[in-house]
Amino acid sequence: MAEAERSVVVGIDLGTTNSLVAYMEGSRPVVIPGVDGSNLVPSVVALDPVSAAGGRPTVTVGNSARKALIETPERVIYSVKRLMGRDLEEVRTELKFFPFRLADDIEAGEVPRIQLGELRFTPPEISAYILRQLKRNAERFFGSPVKQAVITVPAYFNDAQRQATKDAGRMAGLDVLRLVNEPTAAALAYGLDRAKAGTIAVYDLGGGTFDISILKLRDGIFEVQSTNGDTHLGGDDIDNLLLAIALDEIHAEHGVDLRAHPGAVQALRKAAIDAKIKLSTEQAAHFDIELPNGGRYQREIPRAVFELLIEPVLKRTAAPCKQAMADAGITPEQIDEVVLVGGSTRIPAVRALVDDLFRLSARGKKPHTELNPDEVVALGAAVQAGILASASKTTDDMLLLDVTPLSLGIEALGGTVARIIQRNSTIPASATEHFTTGVDGQTNVAIHVLQGERELAADCRSLARFDLKGIPPMAAGLPRIEVRFLIDADGILHVSAREQRSGKAAQIEVKPTYGLTDEQVENMILDSFDHAEEDFSRRLLIEARNEADAILAAVGRAPQNPAWNELSAEEQSTIAVARDRLVLVRQGSDLHAISQAMVALDKATRHFAELMMDAAVSSAIRGKTMNEAGKEMNEAVTAPHAMAPAEFK
Amino acid sequence: MLKVLDSAVPVACWSCSVAHNESTLFCPDCSKIQPPSSGDYFSVFGLTPRLNIDLSALEQEFHRLSRRLHPDRFARASENEKEWSLADTALLNDAYRTLKDPLRRTEYLLKLEGAEIAAGSADALIQNQEKTSRVPADLLEEVFDLNMQLEEMRMAKKMGQEDPELKESLKKDKAKFEGLVAAVDRDLRAQWAIWDAGDAAARQTAQRAMVALLDRRKYLSNLVRDVTEILGD
Repeated sequence: MAEAERSVVVGIDLGTTNSLVAYMEGSRPVVIPGVDGSNLVPSVVALDPVSAAGGRPTVTVGNSARKALIETPERVIYSVKRLMGRDLEEVRTELKFFPFRLADDIEAGEVPRIQLGELRFTPPEISAYILRQLKRNAERFFGSPVKQAVITVPAYFNDAQRQATKDAGRMAGLDVLRLVNEPTAAALAYGLDRAKAGTIAVYDLGGGTFDISILKLRDGIFEVQSTNGDTHLGGDDIDNLLLAIALDEIHAEHGVDLRAHPGAVQALRKAAIDAKIKLSTEQAAHFDIELPNGGRYQREIPRAVFELLIEPVLKRTAAPCKQAMADAGITPEQIDEVVLVGGSTRIPAVRALVDDLFRLSARGKKPHTELNPDEVVALGAAVQAGILASASKTTDDMLLLDVTPLSLGIEALGGTVARIIQRNSTIPASATEHFTTGVDGQTNVAIHVLQGERELAADCRSLARFDLKGIPPMAAGLPRIEVRFLIDADGILHVSAREQRSGKAAQIEVKPTYGLTDEQVENMILDSFDHAEEDFSRRLLIEARNEADAILAAVGRAPQNPAWNELSAEEQSTIAVARDRLVLVRQGSDLHAISQAMVALDKATRHFAELMMDAAVSSAIRGKTMNEAGKEMNEAVTAPHAMAPAEFK
Repeated sequence: MLKVLDSAVPVACWSCSVAHNESTLFCPDCSKIQPPSSGDYFSVFGLTPRLNIDLSALEQEFHRLSRRLHPDRFARASENEKEWSLADTALLNDAYRTLKDPLRRTEYLLKLEGAEIAAGSADALIQNQEKTSRVPADLLEEVFDLNMQLEEMRMAKKMGQEDPELKESLKKDKAKFEGLVAAVDRDLRAQWAIWDAGDAAARQTAQRAMVALLDRRKYLSNLVRDVTEILGD
């Protein structure tokens, strides 16, 4: 206990595209950088090629996994957040837009598993690898173990998606103290500097999810009034749109179907993402891509055309905004401030839509974009972590009162839904319902719990079926079974029941419609052995040395790469100095010095990594051979940065 | 009848063993959270059941209690304390949600007093016993006309036609029925005052009146909703 009290609670933004870990440094939240110096860890997980010894392949996460997207696309997964808490049918639909494959041996009712190379993983396991990487980054940073975390989820995540996220935390060896809704976290990050009273709207368009939340701020209490959203709407959809158009045009104009070449598709996806990012600041972007048959796909996309293309995607954010305002009982004019969150809010067309929805410029207002939209959610998670740890004076007076995004209901006669907890109820929330029997001597009653706003059970999300057992045999209608439904502060449902007339506690057999059992989660816990504390600093040192060796080996091979000659003499000598420094400190056992030297070397080689990445991408698109591209890529330093999102000032 | 909460049963604090009243949320001696005790929504806020409530005082008390009870304050406490904080906060939130809304508050108080309400509650639906509200007798004719027009409008919509005259007439009806809803609300408020100030007999009469008013309101607002839906853009 004493240990837990002293140790820090970190805040984690487990994003569709990027993930981050942050903590409270005194009175302000700070993002913890990875070993490559970057704050963003791409939410990409790759399985390294099988080791020669035939052992289980190792898993890499982040920038180093990213390069495998082009080399070995069948061993890489990204955007796994879109698959969290989804059932088989939903995952099938989702996978139409992604190059991943479901395992072939999945049975109905089972959590779908994704085939990755020769192994299969459930979405929570994949997320656990990302979380473990963030945990390690934090541990390296603090030089001590990190065990407790706050993890953010889209506000509109349902029960199954939340549970899946919590499961992932447990698998990664984290005690998840709280799930916090992303827009609310962003509000916390902004609310830190401005102890204001007022109504704020948070518009959060990320890589794969959209949320809108409306909050009332008063005396440090952040009271969410309403929330709405779409858990399948985000920057991914824009990328997929551009990608589909390019693939179709290439097919039509050049007779080449790139869809058959996963590596080339990934390279084209990168080009699409680059174009999208460029169009936020430029009036046009170009595709200029060499094709396997020697032809060229050249295409200019003016911003006006881009905006027309993405309009249907962006329009889908309008209805949730209007519903959230209606549910909060307010008009746009009553909203004092609008906060923009998520990388996709950099798109000028998104800003124009937000301006219109909330009548901002008409009222002489501007949305808040002061905090980096990629980091603000993680910063807010750190604030919430600070509140839970009661670690700082700044957060002592702050309290977040959040709501449940979806109504909870029970299937009633005729397949209709009886609502028992309305959406936008402040959580924790509870409801007590009474049930009885319909037949004399009946000893079981089945209850079907649903989440959603539709009138028919078939249109809502099935959460669980409860079987109330052991009801004493009585005449029909006589037993009185009290069932208590409780939504906790994480937005997760708990159920308990008892028969009142006999005073007997009715047994409940809970069959979640979807999700992992406790036992399954237990079995999926990642390398539980590495939590032994006495070994902790030794483990960190060994890991750091191994990492240093890998970087040094890559840098050692660098001069053989054609890209090396594109560097200036000055750049080359900076790299040499940083390399020698790392060689020196690697021999000692000063963990901090090794980490710093790695960061320095990584920074020095950044330009080189970019040059290599570009070369590899264009050769992949030219389809030279996937192998050749792969070999070149293997020469790269551990962290190619080329696909990291551009920073906007 | 008014429930007077008898909170005189002393219980020992689980943490410091000092005796306190059963209904205390926190031990007066060591400030530790105590196991939840049952009480109605009004007692959560230290109120006796009543219908006229100072909403800004209610909000202030809600915030004050939230700050002390919320699970965020117990993230690193013992399992028992976590569980109690969760139960207490759920009750606090349920109570606040119910009491801050005038209609929910009225329905809740009537239920507490044992009055039968034909609410579209989950309970009633599950047992398939939902009493459909009766057409208010004084409005039989108007409601009949309105339903005819609604049906006509639905048919026209199905055929893809728009009858501007019909639409205009429905708009007028909508405004009229909205006015009727507002009138019910005024009548309800008048009954609140009677109930709050009255003796047992006056309260019984007021309760019967409120049950009827809620029933009438439900019927009228359903009509308004139907008209709004069909007029919707």
